[in-house]
Amino acid sequence: MAETRFLFFLGCLIPYRLASYEVSARKVLGKLGVELVEMPEFNCCGFPVASLDYELALSLAARNLCLAEQQNMTILTLCNGCFGTLNEANMVLKEDRALRDKINHNLQQIGMEFKGTIRVKHLVHVLTEDIGIEKLKEFVTNPLKGLRVGQHTGCHLLRPVKHVGHLDNSEDPVVLKKLINITGAECLDYQDETECCGNTVIGINEEIPFKISKEKLEHVKASGAQALVTVCPSCHMMYDFNQPRIEKAFNVVFNLPVLHYTQLLGLAMGFKPEDLMLGENRVKPTFFLS
Amino acid sequence: MPERKKMGNISKHQEEDSKPAKTKRIDPKFKYEIMRMPGAEKVHLCFQCGTCTADCVVARFTDFYRPRKIARIIQLGLKDRLIGNEALWLCTTCHTCIDHCPQGVEVSSIIRALRNISVKTLDTMPSVFKIFASNILKSGYIYLMPESRLKKREEQGLPPLPKPNLKDVANLFHVTGFAGTLEKSRTTENVKTEGAN
Repeated sequence: MAETRFLFFLGCLIPYRLASYEVSARKVLGKLGVELVEMPEFNCCGFPVASLDYELALSLAARNLCLAEQQNMTILTLCNGCFGTLNEANMVLKEDRALRDKINHNLQQIGMEFKGTIRVKHLVHVLTEDIGIEKLKEFVTNPLKGLRVGQHTGCHLLRPVKHVGHLDNSEDPVVLKKLINITGAECLDYQDETECCGNTVIGINEEIPFKISKEKLEHVKASGAQALVTVCPSCHMMYDFNQPRIEKAFNVVFNLPVLHYTQLLGLAMGFKPEDLMLGENRVKPTFFLS
Repeated sequence: MPERKKMGNISKHQEEDSKPAKTKRIDPKFKYEIMRMPGAEKVHLCFQCGTCTADCVVARFTDFYRPRKIARIIQLGLKDRLIGNEALWLCTTCHTCIDHCPQGVEVSSIIRALRNISVKTLDTMPSVFKIFASNILKSGYIYLMPESRLKKREEQGLPPLPKPNLKDVANLFHVTGFAGTLEKSRTTENVKTEGAN
């Protein structure tokens, strides 16, 4: 059933570093008639904690899910990491009775109980399932004709299949491509599209994620794309914020702008670049800013 | 006998690898300890095809990290080669290994389990994780949001950040026992893989 009202789970990285994603998403969703209800008292989705103590990570995730259950609303998140973590917790706790009892025992301490009554969605699912491609097309007043881009859907929207396989094709992602194509821009294929950005280990080791991302940027450039489109703040940080550092480390030049999908869609919907904070992107998308 | 190649993720034990494992270092119950952790239930089914390593983006860029070998070492019960091994922290959680495993072994979930056990038994974690976890206790977020950033939200026409419920968060840290682990935990610095190819 299509919904237009969602509980907005902002996560940590977006408010800390990427106002451009939040601002452009709020503007675009507002114009599309989606109502975002601020989620009170939410905490970190639990993603980084899973590596330290999975039980605590599930408890933190479940607390967020309980907040949504109290309001009987679907969660909308802009972040792949938050989506992956909350969605996984939601599924695992519904399926595994023993684990659910354990987590509910923890939640008892804070007067909550996980019931498994709500859903978790990422921006791309709301755009494709709740608004729908046909409806979205009606909002495109300024088609981005002639623009060629590549897409990076990001790991936690694609894998593991057992948790997210029903949402996209993990080996050949199509959802974001469809969303890009309605903006009038052309979405090009490139080598190793489903490959990880590597950002999650950047605090442990820089060398490996830099090598991983350098390869990705090379593949995108080789396809002839003028920009890369992301739907995850973490992937965006890797390809945009860290791009000058990658260029320096390997003595290469990419100069490949990286756009949040909401910026791309916003432009196609007639928003001005400054409304979408395009000037805040580290690699300047000069073809829109001139 | 041909010279043994570098043993990937267990490279710091390279010298020992060329000798037969000593019986006292084998923990035959280790496999079952892992199999009790959520997501790691099927580690005994790994038949060493190597698809996880072949499709691992990290393994392509460093020979310090080999998921296939991690599964084998668990099966062999060589616990002390894995617990506290810094290579465990190189997994990006892209989960490609889970989807491609013909035996349904959730390799990246097994890595998560090994990280959890390492943290708990050695009271040690990478400093970046200690910072994140400590920040969650202090602010609800993995970052401490600077005042300037909160003010800027106003200028950008964004609603104020929701206030966290720090009491709830602290309660969950305590009831899981992680609060104590975090407090006494020492930290490790970045994993060096220089010269990796």
